[in-house]
Amino acid sequence: MTHDLRKGALTRRGVLQGATALGAAGLILPGSMRAARAEPQRGGTFRIGLGHGNTTDGYDPGLWDNLYAQVFAAARHNQLIEVDADGQLIGEIAESWESDDGKTWVFHIRQGVTFHSGKDVTVADVIASLNHHRGDDATSAIKQFFDPVVEIRADGQSVVVTLDAPNGDFPYLMSDYHLAIMPGSDGKIDPTSTDGCGPYIVESFEPGVQASLNRNPDYWKPGRAHFDRVEILAILDSAARLNALMTGQVELIDQIDPATIGMLEARNVARIISIPGNAHYVFPMDSRAAPFNDNNVRLALKYAIDREDMVEKILGGHGAVSNDNPIGPANRYFYADMEPKTFDPDRAKYYLRQAGMDSLTIPLHVADAAFSGAVDAGALFAETARQAGININLVREPNDGYWDNVWMQKPFVASYWGGRAVEDHMFTTGYAAGAAWNDSFWEHERFNELLVKARSEVDEDLRREMYQEMQRIVSFEGAVVIPMNNNYVMATALNIGTPDQISANWNLDGFRCVERWWMT
Amino acid sequence: MAALIRMIAQRLALGVLTLFIVSVVIFFATELLPGDLASTLLGQAATPETVAALRRQLGLDLPAPVRYWNWLTGALQGDFGVSLANRRPIADLIAARLGNTIFLALYAAALAVPLALILGILAALWRNSVFDRAANAGALTAISFPEFFVAYILVLWLAQSGYFPSMVRISPVSTFGEKLYMAFLPALTLTLVVTAHMMRMTRAAIINLMAQPYIEMARLKGMSPLRIVLRHALPNALAPIINVIAINLAYLITGVVVVEVVFVYPGLGQLMVDSVSKRDIAVVQAIALIFASAYVLLNLTADVLSTLTNPRLMSKG
Repeated sequence: MTHDLRKGALTRRGVLQGATALGAAGLILPGSMRAARAEPQRGGTFRIGLGHGNTTDGYDPGLWDNLYAQVFAAARHNQLIEVDADGQLIGEIAESWESDDGKTWVFHIRQGVTFHSGKDVTVADVIASLNHHRGDDATSAIKQFFDPVVEIRADGQSVVVTLDAPNGDFPYLMSDYHLAIMPGSDGKIDPTSTDGCGPYIVESFEPGVQASLNRNPDYWKPGRAHFDRVEILAILDSAARLNALMTGQVELIDQIDPATIGMLEARNVARIISIPGNAHYVFPMDSRAAPFNDNNVRLALKYAIDREDMVEKILGGHGAVSNDNPIGPANRYFYADMEPKTFDPDRAKYYLRQAGMDSLTIPLHVADAAFSGAVDAGALFAETARQAGININLVREPNDGYWDNVWMQKPFVASYWGGRAVEDHMFTTGYAAGAAWNDSFWEHERFNELLVKARSEVDEDLRREMYQEMQRIVSFEGAVVIPMNNNYVMATALNIGTPDQISANWNLDGFRCVERWWMT
Repeated sequence: MAALIRMIAQRLALGVLTLFIVSVVIFFATELLPGDLASTLLGQAATPETVAALRRQLGLDLPAPVRYWNWLTGALQGDFGVSLANRRPIADLIAARLGNTIFLALYAAALAVPLALILGILAALWRNSVFDRAANAGALTAISFPEFFVAYILVLWLAQSGYFPSMVRISPVSTFGEKLYMAFLPALTLTLVVTAHMMRMTRAAIINLMAQPYIEMARLKGMSPLRIVLRHALPNALAPIINVIAINLAYLITGVVVVEVVFVYPGLGQLMVDSVSKRDIAVVQAIALIFASAYVLLNLTADVLSTLTNPRLMSKG
């Protein structure tokens, strides 16, 4: 399948997936079509109720870790590069960028953009913003992106970044949401400041409660930032969130419980938007420890899971089966034609015998902190695996401290990934030998060799071949069971207009709903 | 009166000691929790290097007793410090939420206390009547449902029909009337939850006294039953009633996190839960002290008031 065709499929699916998947097209379609086709218009207050947000949230870009922080950041900041709704890179504070050898990257900084404080955005500000995530003292979650960076320097109106090895996808890394451009002084940004060059200016922020922002009258992008005012509320309780939407107290909510989608649709007070993306739920195994150091055991587990059933029961149909592939359908080099793995107890038994076992008993450590429904997903997995002679003992762990004491500590656990726009980003973060988040502790010689080679390969076809081989290796020899890609499911009031295509890169239109959507 | 002042001073001194012990217990209990602020803040993004860097920045690499001492000396000078998680001053963080929590507690108390007293007195007056049974059954039913269930039922009846908002959004510019309107559902939920306890204590305390010889004397004089209850029984029953009211008020301040979550009410409970799960010990300590002070002060007030209502205790000194 070619790249373009697949993208077409995504375009059509984007907005309408939720409606058609649920067979309620008659109810939902007219509203969504009308909203999608109307021309954007200025005005209104956009109130967003999110199931995230803590009293501990702050302004430091290196520590943003939840959807609340991400949407709030997208409302007040710009980055060097934006990922558009098609998954393509477009210039934001970097007007354009180029590299001759993949090693030296030149980002030309857009002129005439100002911060909310009125100060011009300069090359020095950009360098200070990038350096916040770099160096030994950096506390940023994306510190490892900058490990290969040798030097960042100014060159007239450009920023020049030199890497220690070629990487054709480096600009994609620069589109990461942590890389907000903030005003610098003495080469440092102030991580307690709200000042940015984004579409909205912060009026007030109470962590874990609400943030109010007003439109930036000097925003440089034409045809963006349509709302006069944006209010982002933290509504952690899912019933409270639904109530707020149904009683007209907010215009957008995230994380709809699959069980309530049908009821919400029947009321005809909201539009459900379900976006298939690269996000996925996983069960990583510690590939260093017995029995998971034997690939036969890993394959046995991969054939002992009923993926279709899991998409139906855990995601309520709002997702797709994954073939143990961390690269999703929204990626450029997604390997769609890879031989699928169906639930096959006989085949699982066969691999178990190959490993020299008749039966196997293993603990699986789960908590809903891993992903919503993880405990149920573990129970389903245990149920199907039993038919293949594998006894999975479900160990229920507390949500509190899950990422410290269970994930990457116990040999077989549940986890999730938000998905990444480029293959290299995903593989380097989660599957490269020695990567900090390689949660299966997996090392594969051929894979690691290809990973480095593919980065600097310029021939598109060769590159595609390499990435597809890597996907095959991860799927059939990797140590992570990836049963499903979860859709981003959100609901809006009927008076909210959205573009024809909504980004699959991240949740809520790549966090950019605040600047891309409008009120009809 | 001197005796009373001595008692208050004594109790306050004991209260300070209690607060100190509470702060030690809380500090070392949070130490026992697995993980620390640096690793929970970074979450899935935590790598050994970033955790170590953040820990160094926040001073978490110091030994626990040193950190406790630093905190205590700061707190004694009225400086609660800044939140470790988002570097905002803890005093600012807590001030608004403490105001909200106290507003909701007083609102609920203003509804619940008169309601409980009236129902309790009437139930005692008409003991074993249909009214008594209905009031008892109703109050017990309300207290038996979990808070979130009562809250959802109220949302279903009163919010989805559009009478009251299901979500409380109090801002500094809201007028008092707006606040009362917006916070009505959470206050009503709490009223339903706490009324039963106070009502039944009122009823039991009065009924207990009704068997006393002096009540019989009053009855033989031909006094009306209402007058007997209000003039003779109630004043003597006040001590236990005041104690129960104090305990319920303390509960309204410290234990309403579930109601806060359902109605998205920005109170102290949510702040406490968030801070514990992020191991933001500085904030946890400050809130724990507020909660402990609420208990100490309310109990002290209850003791003083029940002493005042009892002339025998007053004169004995």
